[in-house]
Amino acid sequence: MSATTDAPSGPTTDATPMVQVDGLHKMFGDLHVLRGVDLEVPRGSVCVVLGPSGSGKSTLLRCVNELEEITGGRVHVDGELMGYREVTRNGRTRLNRLHPKVVARQRARIGMVFQRFNLFPHMTALENVMEAPVQVRGLRRSAARARATELLERVGLSDRAGHYPAQLSGGQQQRVAIARALAMDPELMLFDEPTSALDPELVGEVLAVMRDLARSGMTMMVVTHEIGFAREVADTVVFMDEGVIVERGTPEQVLGNPQHERTKGFLAHVL
Amino acid sequence: MAQPGPTAVDRSPDDASGDPVPDRIHARPVPRPGRWISAAVLLVLAAMAVNGLVTNEKFRWDVVWLYLRDVNVVRGVGWTLVLTFGSMVIAIVLAVLLAVMRRSDNPVMTAVSWFYIWFFRGTPIYTQLVFWGLLGVLYPRLSLGVPFGPEFFTFRTQDVITAFWAAMLGLALNEAAYLAEIVRAGLGSVDRGQAEAARALGMKDGKILTRVVLPQAMRVIVPPTGNETISMLKTTSLVLAVPFTLDLTFATNAIGNRTFLPIPLLMVAAIWYLLITSVLMVGQYYIERYYGRGFGDSTPARRRGGGPGGRRGGRGKPSKQALIAASRTTKDDPFLEVTP
Repeated sequence: MSATTDAPSGPTTDATPMVQVDGLHKMFGDLHVLRGVDLEVPRGSVCVVLGPSGSGKSTLLRCVNELEEITGGRVHVDGELMGYREVTRNGRTRLNRLHPKVVARQRARIGMVFQRFNLFPHMTALENVMEAPVQVRGLRRSAARARATELLERVGLSDRAGHYPAQLSGGQQQRVAIARALAMDPELMLFDEPTSALDPELVGEVLAVMRDLARSGMTMMVVTHEIGFAREVADTVVFMDEGVIVERGTPEQVLGNPQHERTKGFLAHVL
Repeated sequence: MAQPGPTAVDRSPDDASGDPVPDRIHARPVPRPGRWISAAVLLVLAAMAVNGLVTNEKFRWDVVWLYLRDVNVVRGVGWTLVLTFGSMVIAIVLAVLLAVMRRSDNPVMTAVSWFYIWFFRGTPIYTQLVFWGLLGVLYPRLSLGVPFGPEFFTFRTQDVITAFWAAMLGLALNEAAYLAEIVRAGLGSVDRGQAEAARALGMKDGKILTRVVLPQAMRVIVPPTGNETISMLKTTSLVLAVPFTLDLTFATNAIGNRTFLPIPLLMVAAIWYLLITSVLMVGQYYIERYYGRGFGDSTPARRRGGGPGGRRGGRGKPSKQALIAASRTTKDDPFLEVTP
C-alpha cells in the first residue's frame, strides 16, 4: 500500500487540493472494490468520475465522506485527514480512529446527493432543508427557515416548500436534496449518480442546478453517465474500471481522444 | 362526420336513459344455491346459540345486569385499565431501549438484549408474575451497592415492590420482550438510505434515530402495538398470581364465590372485557387507517390521495402518513411478531 505520510496537515492554503486521495483501498469482505486510487481535486474544480457499473465509482465517493470505512490509504479533505488521526510515537506513525462525533463534524462539511434522493418523507421540502442546520449546527429555526427558503429559491422550488417528497416529481426531489446538502454550507459536494433514477425528461432540470453550482465555484465530485454534462462542466474527467483509475485528464482528452482500450469501449457504448 | 357509412347506426349516448354505454349488459348471475344453504344453516345455528344463552336460567341475566354496575366491579375495571396502560407505557419505553441495544455495535448490549428477549418470551407470564410476587421472600432486602462489595442503600422489598407494582412490573417486563421485537422490525423496515442521508449531513446516531428513523418506523410499530394493548387487557386477568386482588377478574370471581353465583359473574367479567376491547378496537381501526396499513390495503395514498372522504377531508390533502407510505422508504411487509 502506498500510504503517503507527508500529506499536508498544516494550515490550508488555496494550493491545498480540496480532495486528496492517496493509495485508497477498500475491501468488502473478500471483495477488493478499490485497488489503490490516487486522485486530487483542486479547490473550485469539478471532477467527473466515469466508469462501468461495479468499477468502484460510488464506493470512491462514499469513502471520501466516510460513509464507508476505508481499508487502506489516506483521504484528505481540505488538508484534513478523514476519519483518523496520525500519531507518531518512537518515530513510528500509526492511526487512531477518530471519535464518531468528530467524524460527524467532518462529514457535515461535505454535501452528498444520492441516486435515490433519500429525502426524509415525513418532512416537507422546507423541513428537509432546515433539518441539518437546526439539528447539527444548532441554528435557530427562524434563521434556518430563511436560509432554506433562499436555497429552495436557488434550485427553483420556492413554490414547493410546503410539499412532502411524495408530492414532488423525481427531478424536484433531487433538487430539494441538493438544497438540503447546500444548507450545511459545504466546501465540497459529492454527487452519486444524481440523475440515474430520473425519467429522461427530468434529467435536464437537475443538471441545470448542478451546472449553476459548478459555475458558482463549488468543488464537486460527480459520478454520472451524463457524458454531455461531463464535457460541458468538468475540469477533469476520470475513468475508472475494476477499482483503479484507468485514465484521467481534461474532458477533451478523455472523452475526445481516449487512450485506453477500456475507455474507448465504454464511451462507444455510452455515446 | 368523418365516418359516415352504412354501419353508422344511431348509438349516440343521449338516448332516453342517458346511459353512456349503449346496449348495457343486464345478465342473470350464476345461481349459487350453496350460498343460500350455508347462510341458512349458520343462521339456524346462531339462533340456537342465542336461544341457549337467553332461555337458560342458570345464566341469571338479572344478576349479571345487577353486578355489571356494582361498585367493586367498576373499581376492578379501573384497576385493570390502570394496569393495562401503565404496563404498556413502561413496556414501550423498555422495548425501544431493547431494540436499539439489539442493533448496537456493542456485543455486550446485543447479547444482553437478546438474552432478555429470550428469557421473558420463553417463560410463561404466569410464572413470571408468581416470581415477582415472591420477590419479597427471595430477597427480603434490596440494596444498592457494588456487587460483592459495600452497600449504599437498603430497602425492605415489601415496601418498594407492593403487589400493585409487582403486577405492573411483571406485565411490563414480559410485554417489553414482545414489543422489542416489534420495534426492531419497525426500525429494520426503514430504508438504509435514510440513515445514510442523515449521516452524510453530519447527524449523530441519536439524532438519526429520533429525527429520521423512528418517525418512519412508527408506521410499522404502532398498529401491532395497538394489538398488543388489546392482548394486555386480558393478560391482566392473571395478576392474581402475584397476588394482586383488585382487578376485574379477581373482583368478579370474589363476588361469584361469595354469592355462589360463579357463572353470572364470569359473564359480567366477559362483558366488561368485550366492552373495553370493542373501544380499543375502534381506536385500533383509526390507528391502522392513520398509518395506512388497513386490512388488505397497502396503497393508502391512492385511496386517500385528495379524493373525497380523505382522512383530513375537505381540503383534499392526503394524510402525512399516506405520504410517507407513498414514498416507499419503509417496507410494507416486514416480519411481525404475533402474540398468541
